[in-house]
Amino acid sequence: MSKVINLKRGLNIRLKGDAEKIFGTSIEADKVALKPTDFPGLSPKILVKAGQEVKAGEPIFFDKNNPEILFTAPTSGEVLAINRGERRKVLEIVIKADGKNESLDFIKADPQKLSREEIKEQLKNSGLWPFLKQRPYGTVAKPGSSPLHIFISGFDSSPLAPDYEFILKDQAGTFQTGINALSKLTDGKIHVGISPVQAGGFFSAIKNIEITQFSGPHPAGNVGIQIHHVSPINKGDIVWTISPQEVIYIGRLFETGKINFSKVIALAGSEVSAPKYFRVIHGTSLSGLLKKSTKQEIKERYISGNVLTGKQVDADDYLGFYDQQLTVIPEGDYFEFLGWAMPRFNKFSISRSYFSWLNPKKSYRADANLNGEERAYVMTGQYEKVLSMDILPVFLMKAVIAEDIDKMEQLGIYEVIEEDLALCEYVCTSKTEVQSILRDGINLMIKELGN
Amino acid sequence: MKSLRKFLDKKKPLFQKGGKFAKFGSTFGAFETFLFTPNHTSKSGVHIHDAIDLKRTMIVVVLALVPALLFGSWNIGYQHGLAFGIERSLVENFLFGFLKILPVIVVSYGVGLGIEFISAQIRGHEVNEGFLVTGILIPLILPVNIPLWMVALAVTFAVIFGKEIFGGTGYNIMNVALIARAFLFFAYPSEMSGDAVWVYELPGNTPIDGFSGATPLAQLAQGASTNMASFGDMFMGFIPGSMGETSTIAILIGAAILIFTGIGSWKIMLSTVLGALAIGLLCNVLSVNDYMSLPPYYHLVMGGFAFGAVFMATDPVTASHTEKGKWIYGFMIGALAVLIRVFNPAYPEGMMLAILLMNVWSPLIDYFVIEGHIKRRLKRANLKGNA
Repeated sequence: MSKVINLKRGLNIRLKGDAEKIFGTSIEADKVALKPTDFPGLSPKILVKAGQEVKAGEPIFFDKNNPEILFTAPTSGEVLAINRGERRKVLEIVIKADGKNESLDFIKADPQKLSREEIKEQLKNSGLWPFLKQRPYGTVAKPGSSPLHIFISGFDSSPLAPDYEFILKDQAGTFQTGINALSKLTDGKIHVGISPVQAGGFFSAIKNIEITQFSGPHPAGNVGIQIHHVSPINKGDIVWTISPQEVIYIGRLFETGKINFSKVIALAGSEVSAPKYFRVIHGTSLSGLLKKSTKQEIKERYISGNVLTGKQVDADDYLGFYDQQLTVIPEGDYFEFLGWAMPRFNKFSISRSYFSWLNPKKSYRADANLNGEERAYVMTGQYEKVLSMDILPVFLMKAVIAEDIDKMEQLGIYEVIEEDLALCEYVCTSKTEVQSILRDGINLMIKELGN
Repeated sequence: MKSLRKFLDKKKPLFQKGGKFAKFGSTFGAFETFLFTPNHTSKSGVHIHDAIDLKRTMIVVVLALVPALLFGSWNIGYQHGLAFGIERSLVENFLFGFLKILPVIVVSYGVGLGIEFISAQIRGHEVNEGFLVTGILIPLILPVNIPLWMVALAVTFAVIFGKEIFGGTGYNIMNVALIARAFLFFAYPSEMSGDAVWVYELPGNTPIDGFSGATPLAQLAQGASTNMASFGDMFMGFIPGSMGETSTIAILIGAAILIFTGIGSWKIMLSTVLGALAIGLLCNVLSVNDYMSLPPYYHLVMGGFAFGAVFMATDPVTASHTEKGKWIYGFMIGALAVLIRVFNPAYPEGMMLAILLMNVWSPLIDYFVIEGHIKRRLKRANLKGNA
C-alpha cells in the first residue's frame, strides 16, 4: 500500500477541448527541430552545418558550460537550416527528416549489468541526458552530481493535460528498463507520484520504485509539489526529475541500442475541432498537425505545452523539447465594453465576484486576454490558496524583486520552478508576471552562487 | 458601443507618445480602460488569466458599501426629524438624508480622483482604482454637519500624504480614508466630536425637549449609561453617528458580500470581533465602573466598530499580509478599540485610532510571522541533516 498525501490547496481550471482517448492518423512530419531556447541558461555550440546529413542520435550542439552533455538529432535526415535571432542567438536547428529514422548504434544491454559510469556515458552520448532535470532551478542535471533521489510525476494535473495511463499503455517493459537504468544513477530511491485513480494502474506493475499517491487539485501532479511533500529540498540538496515518456526513451535506448524519439502528445483546446492524441517525433514541426485540426474561426493562439506554463508558438513552429501537449485557445485580443462591471457568465474566476461558482462543472473557452491591467500588489492571501507548499509565495516574489539572495534562499527558492507558481500568476488580481519574476530570481541565484 | 470604440481608437494616437496630448496619456488611459476592458493578451507566463482585476475588486467593495450608504441616508433624515419633531415618510427621510450626503460624496470623489489623475500623470503611470473605494468610505465616516471645504482639505491631505508620497495604491502604510478622518479629528475637533455634530442642523439650534443628539459612546464616556439607546436600536442603526456607520445590520450585509466574494478577509473581521469581546469580558471581570461592566457585545454595535472591522481593518494593503498575521492584527484592533473606549474618556471612539495604530504595526507582525516561517523551514533542514 502506497503512502497517500491529500493536498487541499490548488485549482483545477476547467477548459473546453479535452483530448479524446483515441489516436489521430499520424501526420508524417517532414521537419523536426531542436531549440536551444528550451533550456534555461544554455549557450549552445553548434556542431553541424546546413546541408549535412545526420542520423538519429548524432550530436547537433552542446552546452558550452557543460561540454559533455550532447544534444542530438531526433531523427535522421538533412540539416536544413540553423535559424538565428537577435545578436545571432541560435533559435532552432531544423532537420529535414528522410523518413527512415536511421540511428547511430549505442550499447544494447541490460542496464542492471552496466555500471553507473557506463549508463551515464550512454545517456550523455545519445542525447538523452538533457531529459534529466535537477532541482533546485529546473535546469539540465549536472553529470558530475549525484542526486539524493530521482522523482517522476506519474500524472499531469494541469488543464487539458494528456492522460499518462493512456499514453504509457503497453510499454511497461520498456519503462521498467528505463527505471532500472535510472536506479543506477542515485543512491536514493526513485519516487513516483500517482493520482488516486491510478491506484492499481500502470505504475503498480513497475518494480524498483517508491509510489506515493497525491490527491487534490492541480498542482498536485507537479513534480515540485510532490518533492516538497516527500523529501523537501534544503540548501545543498540536489534531486533529479524526469517525466515518464522520457523514461521510455531511455528504456528503448538500452533495449535496442538505438534512438527512437517517437512520443505521444495530446492536441487539445477549445479551438481544436476534434481534440485527440497523436504519435509524433520529438521536436516535430507543428504545421501539419495544426493546419488540419484547428477550427480557424477566430484568431487562435498556439501553445506548445499547457495553458499555464507552455510557450506561445507560430503555426509553422516546432514542438518544445519537454512538451507533450499542444493547446489551441482563442487569442482574445478584443475590447470589452465595461468588462469589469459586466456579469461575464462565460468567464471563470476563483473569486465569487463572477458567477462561475454557480456552475462548478462548467468548462470554459478561456482566451489569452489579461482581463485587466497590471497593478501593484493589493490583494493578499490569493497565492497561498493555490499553492500546496509551506512557502509564502508573495514574500518570495518580493525577495526576488529586491534581489535579496539570503531571503530568497530562506523563503524557498530552491523548491520551486515556474510551473509550481503558475497558478499564482493565473489567480493574481494585479496580473503580476510571477513566472518571469521567479526565473529572474533563479537566474540571479545561478549567477551568484553557481548552478 | 462600436462607434464609441471607433472614436477612442481614432483619438488614441493623440494621447500616445509623440501625440499632441501625450501629457494626458494617463487620463485618457483611465477613461479608456474604464469604458473598455483592454485588449492586452498575455506575453509571458500563463496564457489564461482569472477574470478578476482590480476594477472588479473595487466595484464589489463599493457594492458592499451600498446598504450602509442607503441606511445612512435614511438615518440622517430620521435623526433630523427626531431632533426637531418633524414627521416624514421613509422615502422623505431617505431623500432628505441623501441630499445631505451627496455633496460630500461629490467633493470626496472630485478632489480625490483629481489628485489621483494628476499624480498618475506626473509619474506617467496608469490611474489606480484604489480611490474608488476610499472616495465613498470617507463620506460614510464623517458627521453630517461637516463643511465641504473640510472634506476637500482632508481628502487632499490623505491622498497626498497618506498614499501618493508612498507611491500610490498598494504602497500606502495607513488606511487612506482613516487618515482623512484622523486629520479632521485632530485639526477640527469641534466639527468632529461632541453631542451636536451628528444630527443635521443641530449645532446652534435647539432641539425638541428630551433629544440630546449624543452618540451612545459619548454618553458612556461621560459616565451616563442609563438613558442609552437599546441594543436593538443600535444594532439596527437608529442612533446618531457618522453618516454610514450606525447600522450594524447594513454593515453585516456588506460583510456578507465581501466574505462571500472572497474579497474581504473573514479572518480579520472575526478576529477583530474576538479581540473586542475578549477585552470587553476582561473589563467585566475587573469592573469598577458602569462602562467596564457594559456587556461586551454592546461594543460591536456602537460607534464605528462594525464599519471599521468590515471595511477599514480589512483593507488588504494596510492590513497584515500573512494569513497568521491577520489573526493577530485583527485581534489587536478589536482589543485596542475597546481599551481606548473604556479607559480614555478623551476619545469616546477608539476604532479609528486602533486601526491606524495596527496599520503601522502590521509590517512588524508580518516580520515576525515570516521569521517564524523561516525558522520552521530551517528546522526541517536541520532535522534532516541529523537524521
